[in-house]
Amino acid sequence: MESQKKQYNRRSFLKVSSLSGGGMMIGASWFMSLKPIEVMAAGEAAPEWVLVNGYIQITADNKIKIQCPNPEFGQNVMTSMPMIIAEELAADWKDVTVEMAKYDTPTFRRQFTGGSQSIRAGWNTLRNAGATARMMLIAAAAQQWNVPAAELSASGSLVSHKATGKQASFGSLAAIAAKMPVPAKPELKAKADFSLIGKPTKNVVGKNIVSGKPLFTMDYKVPGMLIAMAERPPAFGMKLKSFDAAEALKMPGIKEVFNIKVYNDDYARAMFDARTFNELVVIVGNSTWEVMNARKVLRAQWEPIAESKEMVAGFGGNKREETIPAGLESTSGHLEAMAAAAAKPGRVLRKDGDPEGAFAQAHTILERTYSAPFLAHNTMEPISCFANVTADKAFFVAPTQAPDFIAPTIAARLGIAADKIDIQLARMGGGFGRRAYCHFIVEAGVISQRIKAPVKLIYSREDDMTNGIYRPAYQVTYRAALDAANNITAFHVKGGGIPETAVHENRFPAGAFANYLAESWVINSNITIGAFRAPRSNFIAAAEQSFLDELAEKTGQDPIEFRLSLMKKAKEQPVGKNNEYDAARYMAVLELVRDKSGWKGKLDKRGVAAYFCHNSYAAHVLDLSMKDGMPVVENVVSALDCGVVVNPEGAKNMVEGAVVDGIGNCLFGEMTFENGEPQKKNFNQYRMIRHREAPKNIDVHFVQNGIDPTGLGEPPFPPVFAALANALYKATGKRFYDQPFIKQLTTES
Amino acid sequence: MAIFKLRVNGQTKTVDLDPATPVLWVLRDHLDMQGTKYGCGVASCGACTIHLNGNAIRACQLPVSAVGASEITTIEGLSKNGDHPLQKAWLEHDVAQCGYCQTGQIMTAAALLKKTPNPTDEQIEQAMNGNICRCGTYTRIKAAIKTAVKQK
Repeated sequence: MESQKKQYNRRSFLKVSSLSGGGMMIGASWFMSLKPIEVMAAGEAAPEWVLVNGYIQITADNKIKIQCPNPEFGQNVMTSMPMIIAEELAADWKDVTVEMAKYDTPTFRRQFTGGSQSIRAGWNTLRNAGATARMMLIAAAAQQWNVPAAELSASGSLVSHKATGKQASFGSLAAIAAKMPVPAKPELKAKADFSLIGKPTKNVVGKNIVSGKPLFTMDYKVPGMLIAMAERPPAFGMKLKSFDAAEALKMPGIKEVFNIKVYNDDYARAMFDARTFNELVVIVGNSTWEVMNARKVLRAQWEPIAESKEMVAGFGGNKREETIPAGLESTSGHLEAMAAAAAKPGRVLRKDGDPEGAFAQAHTILERTYSAPFLAHNTMEPISCFANVTADKAFFVAPTQAPDFIAPTIAARLGIAADKIDIQLARMGGGFGRRAYCHFIVEAGVISQRIKAPVKLIYSREDDMTNGIYRPAYQVTYRAALDAANNITAFHVKGGGIPETAVHENRFPAGAFANYLAESWVINSNITIGAFRAPRSNFIAAAEQSFLDELAEKTGQDPIEFRLSLMKKAKEQPVGKNNEYDAARYMAVLELVRDKSGWKGKLDKRGVAAYFCHNSYAAHVLDLSMKDGMPVVENVVSALDCGVVVNPEGAKNMVEGAVVDGIGNCLFGEMTFENGEPQKKNFNQYRMIRHREAPKNIDVHFVQNGIDPTGLGEPPFPPVFAALANALYKATGKRFYDQPFIKQLTTES
Repeated sequence: MAIFKLRVNGQTKTVDLDPATPVLWVLRDHLDMQGTKYGCGVASCGACTIHLNGNAIRACQLPVSAVGASEITTIEGLSKNGDHPLQKAWLEHDVAQCGYCQTGQIMTAAALLKKTPNPTDEQIEQAMNGNICRCGTYTRIKAAIKTAVKQK
């Protein structure tokens, strides 16, 4: 048993001794009856579940229901998080059903899905939840059989007494267990004794997905529910001037047309209180198609914004002033502005040794500049939110990665106490960071409060794609100073973006060079941005790992051995004190991908890249062939170190998805602007990777090191871009510096 | 407004609607069948794929007035218990991530296998190319289709 040192959240494990039915006990597909949740609960003859703790309920006939605390957007936490609980509970997985938890952060402590932290941050809590319940079940059996608890063991949803051969199911013990004292110090299993963690396990929601059950916010409906959509300015840098609703109101099925403010004028936004346009014109009607038609005849006038300043809170309550410039921005202007900013001295983020001196004395300097455009998240389910706001409470069904970020914002905007705000955490049709910014819940709440009716706010695909919160546009220049013998004497990175930089000054290869300089710059914009799968890393890895490839070639070294030699230096004689990465773990993924890909001696049309982010390490080797001037990715071998892999089936799927996502965004991903107007409004204009462009094969390997889990959703994504760029160089003889690569591929073919 | 009698999954459904209403919204808003998904509204993502007389079509582009006596099949009618060989293969390969596009993917694949019971890789890619999966489950989708072919 491992002893548990960290404080755990006892409130989550407080027992509820009475038998409970009702509200929480609805089956996995809680949309199915298409009735409000309260109605369903009252009408349902729930089995008698004993709530052993906040996460675990058990029936007398040994059915075990486990709550998944974190929102699900396809990373399959609904399987992996309950697996951790079931492991420590010693439950037979066949007895387990899973339910998405309610929004109840005091009980579940952390309900944020983002930053690849669900498993890492939940690991101890979930293990404690399972272990606590197991100990209480054992204590119940000990009391029943009048034997010491130490003589009892639990496995397969049973408690056993070896000496007498007595056995009792968890179900038969649950009611007594729930009355047992909550153990002060849960005894956790040794990792070597894990039987469920590490076992490939199918998605618990799989059957509902393939049979088309209504699982998503977009699918939610209740009797009397109205549909709302909103008109927003056609371009960044514009705002509402006036509107004429007369024609729209004449359209069939239309109930009301009005304008709303997302936030009040004096509201100081919290960190995730993004929004692109604050004043919207809302059309409410009976059905989606009727509202879509009415939008076509709504007359609205827009006018340019003036420059403004807003206070925005950051982590830890620090407030900073954000300048929102006036003007209608275009991609051509962005490129000019980035070139101009890059030419000026940047803000120094880190400096080791004497980089200026080393560059002044260099025999040769290798300098390369990389860029990437804004990206739209393009989740397959466009944004939607159900709201039913009454006098003193507000109920939402929402696709949110971050319910506890937005709840105080909703409370402030609607004037309703925070504890009267209930958010059902719907399965999300993709997230990728977009749904950490939940202004759309506020919008739906304001609309429902105004019309005094249940309403579902829907963004059309065009609304979803053209309303900002994009991945920023970036540019970075890498320089390396070489002496006459091709030794690298200094390394320089200077990068920036609109409106956020991408430089991680303390990550590899910082620590490997005696003379090192990292600088950054930013350009303000009225185009809104947000986190996008591995924010900043997704660009900086592409550039850095492409540059290292070129540097390896310049110095006559194998790309993998070159990286390993730098990491060895950083491991044995690190420069500087703030290096964020563990060089040994970094080396291990490169060695694994080298060995699994049969790297040595086979360098034709293949590229390698590695990166560290979200506490994990990832490396890919990508093989391609060229057909009609376009790459066909034949094979990708991936190596990941994310510590213990809870569910290898879901984990492999996520890495495969990251590989496909990386290739797609690198080749095709791009949002451009003309006079503030997004130039791509739907999938007929915004090119997404499709079946034909997907790799023919993806082979995923995990480092087995028994370390507590670290992130996985994001880490495999950033290095894909450079693995592709480096393979393209081998295949075409051309280096690819500017994303999306499709532009260079089509102009050169 | 006009009254339409639609054949959906072997049953007759009567709706009174604007004749231009796309079948996508008829299914989702009026017939309480949410398995057919809204993804783009311009026939570019495949999330709304249904069968019309056995052919895969985009429900977002099909006005209710154009259906006539044709037989509509949705994911809800593809099999009785979610046990079509493709649905079983999807579970075997644990295809889904977010899952939003998967019903459309399955409907496209089902129409392909009806016409081409033993498709080549190229035929699979060709048929499936109109269905976007933002999570990037393409390799698993292809593997699942091949498994379903073997099970038939």
